[in-house]
Amino acid sequence: MPSGESEKVDELNEKLDVFARDLKHGSIEGSYNVAFRTVSLLRIVIAQSKCTTAKDVMESVVKEGKRLIAAQQSETAVGNMVRRILKIIREEYASALRGKSEEGDPQESLHKMLLAEGQIKDFSQPVPNLKATVLDAINELIIELENSADNIAGQALEHIHANEVILTAGKSRTVEAFLKKAAKKRKFQVMVVECAPFYHGQALAMSLARANIETTVINDSAVFAIMSRVNKVIIGTHTVMANGGLKAINGSHAIALAAKHYSVPLLVCAAMFKLSPKYLCSYDQDAFNKFVSPKDVMNFEEGEIASRAQIDNPVFDYVPPELVTLYVSNIGGNAPSYVYRLLSEFYHPDDHEL
Amino acid sequence: KKDAGSASGGKPEAAGANIKKEASSKDLSAASAVKKEPKRVPDHLKADDAETQKRIAKRLEKQRLPQRTVAQRKVRLFNHLHQYEREVSLTGSFSFSSGGIHPVIIKLGLQYAEGVICGSNARCLAMLAAFKQVIQDYTTPPQKELSRDLEATIKPYISFLNQCRLMSVSMGNAVKHLKHHITHMPNNLKDHEAKKKLLETIDSYIKERILLSAVAISKYVQDEAKIKDGDVILVYSCSSIVRKVLCDAWNQGKKFKVIVVDARPKMEGKEMLRRLVRAGIPCSYFMINAASYAMQEATKVMLGAHALLANGCVMSRVGTSQIALIAKACNVPVLVCCETYKFCERGQTDSFVYNELGDPDDLVFIGNKTPYLNDWRDYNSLTLLNLVYDVTPPEFISLVITELGLIPCTSVPVVLRMKQAETNET
Repeated sequence: MPSGESEKVDELNEKLDVFARDLKHGSIEGSYNVAFRTVSLLRIVIAQSKCTTAKDVMESVVKEGKRLIAAQQSETAVGNMVRRILKIIREEYASALRGKSEEGDPQESLHKMLLAEGQIKDFSQPVPNLKATVLDAINELIIELENSADNIAGQALEHIHANEVILTAGKSRTVEAFLKKAAKKRKFQVMVVECAPFYHGQALAMSLARANIETTVINDSAVFAIMSRVNKVIIGTHTVMANGGLKAINGSHAIALAAKHYSVPLLVCAAMFKLSPKYLCSYDQDAFNKFVSPKDVMNFEEGEIASRAQIDNPVFDYVPPELVTLYVSNIGGNAPSYVYRLLSEFYHPDDHEL
Repeated sequence: KKDAGSASGGKPEAAGANIKKEASSKDLSAASAVKKEPKRVPDHLKADDAETQKRIAKRLEKQRLPQRTVAQRKVRLFNHLHQYEREVSLTGSFSFSSGGIHPVIIKLGLQYAEGVICGSNARCLAMLAAFKQVIQDYTTPPQKELSRDLEATIKPYISFLNQCRLMSVSMGNAVKHLKHHITHMPNNLKDHEAKKKLLETIDSYIKERILLSAVAISKYVQDEAKIKDGDVILVYSCSSIVRKVLCDAWNQGKKFKVIVVDARPKMEGKEMLRRLVRAGIPCSYFMINAASYAMQEATKVMLGAHALLANGCVMSRVGTSQIALIAKACNVPVLVCCETYKFCERGQTDSFVYNELGDPDDLVFIGNKTPYLNDWRDYNSLTLLNLVYDVTPPEFISLVITELGLIPCTSVPVVLRMKQAETNET
């Protein structure tokens, strides 16, 4: 019935608007929630679309995706999920057309380039059951997202030995699950950096203390002083950049430098939905960083000096890949030098620029 | 006893001088034939040694000083350092019978404990002013000599100040200098002449080693053109000497910008920011975790110091080593401004063995947000750590500016030896 359909279209538009508004206000906590909602919404977009060819489906996904990305440029998880879905569509189309599953991107090796039958350029041939297969694959993607934190936490015992002193900073859902899983079998100490002016570290410390893990809260300024007695640094990150670097919470660069000075290994727990095909193009970080209200740094009561000084409150920090020892992700442990290969596994090069 | 004191050139100082003398007097009174080793480590580094604690408690009782309640839960790494609970009234148990602590000293101790006076220059100046008052009010009792008795009077004052807040290296050196002059006072002088001489000594110490040194350091910075037009100078927390250097350079007409980096829980950078803004210098303000973002813009880093150690390390407010590390990574030169009276014969490799532990409850208050750590004492596995000092290794420091000139970090023992030779001559 036409009215039922237009109702559904309106409902979908409303959901997209609500999501875009939440992104703009920054009221969604954690990049996992952002990724999950993006995939769920795009699944509805694909399910409700009347397109029959892969080209039209991809175009509608790109259109909605661009709108969501424009709402909050710094939330890379949105763009990552859009690109994952586009890659899924391409793969399903190619396997339906060729009758067999693609062995992978022909660009992966010279051998494959030689044997490949040529890349598919034309996506406009109608293929039966394309939507059903794509929706199945997206369901698998959702399951992978939901299990990512558990997969990473399952590797905890491979990396933490008994009586270790572990340093962590800020509050990462992944790292919290990682440490709590390890604490069930091993006894170790955790030092948490409180990360002013957001103070997420204090929240993490309370949560760990409730799980009976020996925790100490320290200031951001004491990181170098304490680092000589730390055995491992385990942090989470907001985004993994294409060169293996990190876009992490403010203060991570200082922690990484101190760890390098004392030769303490730095482990980053990040699920693969955080991997982004973007690079850092300039150390001025104008397009890279996000600045929030400086009222947490100096409140308005100190207006006399606050009005005569320049006060900034950047949210992110860039950590170059040579300071990271290992990425612990849901597909296993990887060195930062391997991250560029993972890009070609998850995203198609044509989708890097949406 | 005096020889043991002056030959302690290679041994750690701080407030150890008087404790050492007392330990050696106990040795003489002890009937054992075992030769005790001279003490290398002052008592306030031995909070985990039950014997030392008992001895300290007895001594405090003898001197009629209050005992502070030890903190319930300390981080294990710092079991050897003292940490006290915040007291409602430190001096509630004082009785004002004759021979008690001089009221000026009580006032000073309370100001230290509350943090009203902080910063090593300020603390040292306040202490010397208080001692001047003490000496003025002092009269030698009959049958006693000024050189012995005055020293014995000052001893409990120093213990009291130590109880309120651990003495800084600058204060320790000033006390050592004062004691040296008291014990070397010739006995044939009349009371008021001896007191006048002591007051003059203190005045000249303040003038030469503290006030004029600051002027000399500022002059070196200007003469050697260490601050040029267009510079962006990053400073950390509050240092009186760095502030003086920057204000003098600005008044000379140099055009530069300052980035002030600050850290919790003391937030002393706000005080620095206030004074620089009042002088008219354009400033920006960051928290320490934005320091690597701020460092991209900086051309120089200027730091103050609490003490310069004999192995070339700089001991300063916690966070200084982090700033120096980030500066090294971004190839920004680090200059440390320090007067020579803060040079110390100790050698330290990390920030653990010798440090001060602040009140952990300072971490709980986070401004307008609801504090996460309000009930941290209810959880047995949770501890809070509030370090006050940290040690910066010499490879991060480019230059130290003192009143003797511009020296590298590693020249500290040379200067100490020179100063030692000077004191031995006088």
